[in-house]
Amino acid sequence: MIISAFKMSRWSKRAIITAGKNMDRVYLDYAATTPVDHQVVQSMTPYFESNFGNPSSIHFMGQSAEHALTSARKNLCMLMGASTAELIFTSGGTESDNLAIRGLAARKKDSNQKILISPVEHPAVSNTCNQLCGEAEIVKMRVDNYGLIDIDNLQKQITSDILLVSVIWGNNEIGTINEIEQIGKICREKNVLFHTDAVQAAAHLKINFAKSNIDLLSFGAHKFHGPKGVGGLLMSKDVQLIPQITGGSQENNTRAGTSNIPLIKGMEKAFILLQDELEKNNLHKKHLRDILIEGITNNIPGSYLTGHPEKRLPNHASFVIEGVRGQDLVIGMDMAGYAISSGSACKVGNPSPSQVLLAIGIPEDLAIGAIRVTVGKNTKEVEVRTFITELSKLVTTLRKK
Amino acid sequence: MDKKHVVIAMSGGVDSSVAAAMLVEEGYQVTGMMLKLWSADCTTSENACCTPESIEQARHVAGMIGIPFYVIDAKNTFKEIVVDNFVRNSFSGLTPNPCFLCNQKIRWGFLLEKAKSLGAQQIATGHYAIVEKGNDMIYHLYKGVDEKKDQSYILSGLNQEQLCQTILPLGKYTKEHIREKALKLGFPVATKHDSQDLCFIGNGNYRSFLLNSAGQELKPGSIVDKNGVKVGVHTGLQDYTIGQRKGLGAGNQEPIYVIAKNPLSNEVVVGGKNDLGFDRIKTKSVNWISGHKPQLPLSVGVKIRYKASVQPCEVDDFGQGFQIIKLNESVRDATPGQIAVLYIENEVIGSAEIISAWVEEK
Repeated sequence: MIISAFKMSRWSKRAIITAGKNMDRVYLDYAATTPVDHQVVQSMTPYFESNFGNPSSIHFMGQSAEHALTSARKNLCMLMGASTAELIFTSGGTESDNLAIRGLAARKKDSNQKILISPVEHPAVSNTCNQLCGEAEIVKMRVDNYGLIDIDNLQKQITSDILLVSVIWGNNEIGTINEIEQIGKICREKNVLFHTDAVQAAAHLKINFAKSNIDLLSFGAHKFHGPKGVGGLLMSKDVQLIPQITGGSQENNTRAGTSNIPLIKGMEKAFILLQDELEKNNLHKKHLRDILIEGITNNIPGSYLTGHPEKRLPNHASFVIEGVRGQDLVIGMDMAGYAISSGSACKVGNPSPSQVLLAIGIPEDLAIGAIRVTVGKNTKEVEVRTFITELSKLVTTLRKK
Repeated sequence: MDKKHVVIAMSGGVDSSVAAAMLVEEGYQVTGMMLKLWSADCTTSENACCTPESIEQARHVAGMIGIPFYVIDAKNTFKEIVVDNFVRNSFSGLTPNPCFLCNQKIRWGFLLEKAKSLGAQQIATGHYAIVEKGNDMIYHLYKGVDEKKDQSYILSGLNQEQLCQTILPLGKYTKEHIREKALKLGFPVATKHDSQDLCFIGNGNYRSFLLNSAGQELKPGSIVDKNGVKVGVHTGLQDYTIGQRKGLGAGNQEPIYVIAKNPLSNEVVVGGKNDLGFDRIKTKSVNWISGHKPQLPLSVGVKIRYKASVQPCEVDDFGQGFQIIKLNESVRDATPGQIAVLYIENEVIGSAEIISAWVEEK
């Protein structure tokens, strides 16, 4: 066993070197995840080996861990316009979405309860709601061809038997940014709770929790150069949730389990760095995004931008392209050295069109040709320009077949 | 990117895994792919060539050697080209060879085209056979060095255009050598159970596959002797193959064998052991590997089944695009629908589909 494990690792190392020699890869999938900043890695290391205590312990080692946790909570809440009692640390955006929806649905099982969601939600919201069948009735809102919520229709749909409205802030697939404050305002007027999945938005948009009419907001650190496996749920003080992970009294009795101090500290650092250079980086990303949108729609006949042309995430360009499959584009571009993503994350065979694209009225045969190109703060203009050239070559070859 | 970009067809097994590693070692830019093929009862079963376990295994190996790996959907193409052909031919009384067709039209058709349109220049597989460009600028196909593992038979439908874009890294090695190399690389070497069944028939057997998926019933009919006298009943031509002894009913003093199948009259023809020899085989759809018909008649060796041994023979034109293979000594079974592969020593010179066989009157 030991010998074969040793041999395996030796081979893997050699292979990585070989693969590295063969090609430089350009990463254009920042909406999927981002590299952890070096400063973030450094900010985490003390909490693995030296300051490793359990913040629930009474002794000094526990106290210094607790201090680290409290200061992370303070800094994050300050930067998000929330009070420290309003932040629950979780294992990431998906858990936050689950906690918000399941935690509320579990609260009053007897009364008639409906959850109103958009048809363009991330699976962390839509699949969670689907699974609630029986506990809550799921009603879909109307969106326009950009994926923006139809506000007039929403006003009619909100009635007193609605438990929760959930709308994605910045769309992961099509980049569209919804009018969150406005939707929140309508919900407040009707006294209905409002949740937003801000996993993509948190990496680009200023969050002011107190002023946005939001009751629950999910985010995850790995979208803004923080570590994977950590995130949070902002929750207004007057909201009460039934914990979905039970055990100790951590996180104000709402989410049990020993606090993951190193990852939380990493998320804190990443968010501070993000805010420091938010505007500068957003300008850079927007510049590259617009080169992509213009370059692709102008150079590739039969290619169309999906999502809103202006109200979109600054790093997000998404398209459908006629006569090709998104999966082929992702594989072909990967073979050319560019990492992008297709409409639906489907590793094994059989591409089926994305439900989000169908919901915004894109025909099925066109929706199969979906790709998403998302840039980051370190993406270079030359990389984006050569990407456009390579993509356009690939589309031509694939169409010839 | 000075080295060529090669797509290796990975199965998750030892052979294609080691082939992939060898290509990486040689400095090629390598991408692994596996085709997702069609299978009957697709909700409850998987095609045996691409089960979730073999996909996981191939993905794991690709991770170990640091190459990308993709599963490519080929269900519709495979169904249309391989499965439908299999069903059609089975109902015409033939015994088709779907693996031969799959290599010729799916791996070296669909996959090769896909690989090239996605930016690769060549494809590779873990077959035990050798492709080499000769001084005559022609690509030659040879048996693998390991006689027991040789797979040149199944690749004999390839043409020059396909061969010139092919790398077979294992051809010059023995299976034993490849196994050792797999161990050295730390690959999982548990050999996959080599199923005799067809990869696409799903949970049932061959008979229930034809019944269910093909939507066609097997037609029972008469078993007759050489003179056309009825001696019994059969369950459907597809259940019988030339040379078969079992399932012909008891009560015969001498052992009897299937010597022919007649799809027009839906009869299985039986005879004694002496009726089973064939020394003349008529074939069609010949594929000369070199792309040129050689001077005929030509003395060659022929393999009439994947696992048969090579028999000395002479091949000649039969007119109208057919060929005739005259065997020096008769063989027990030459089955219509199967592939006759022609060899000169270790080189494959061509292949053709068997349409009929008989004994030359003396």
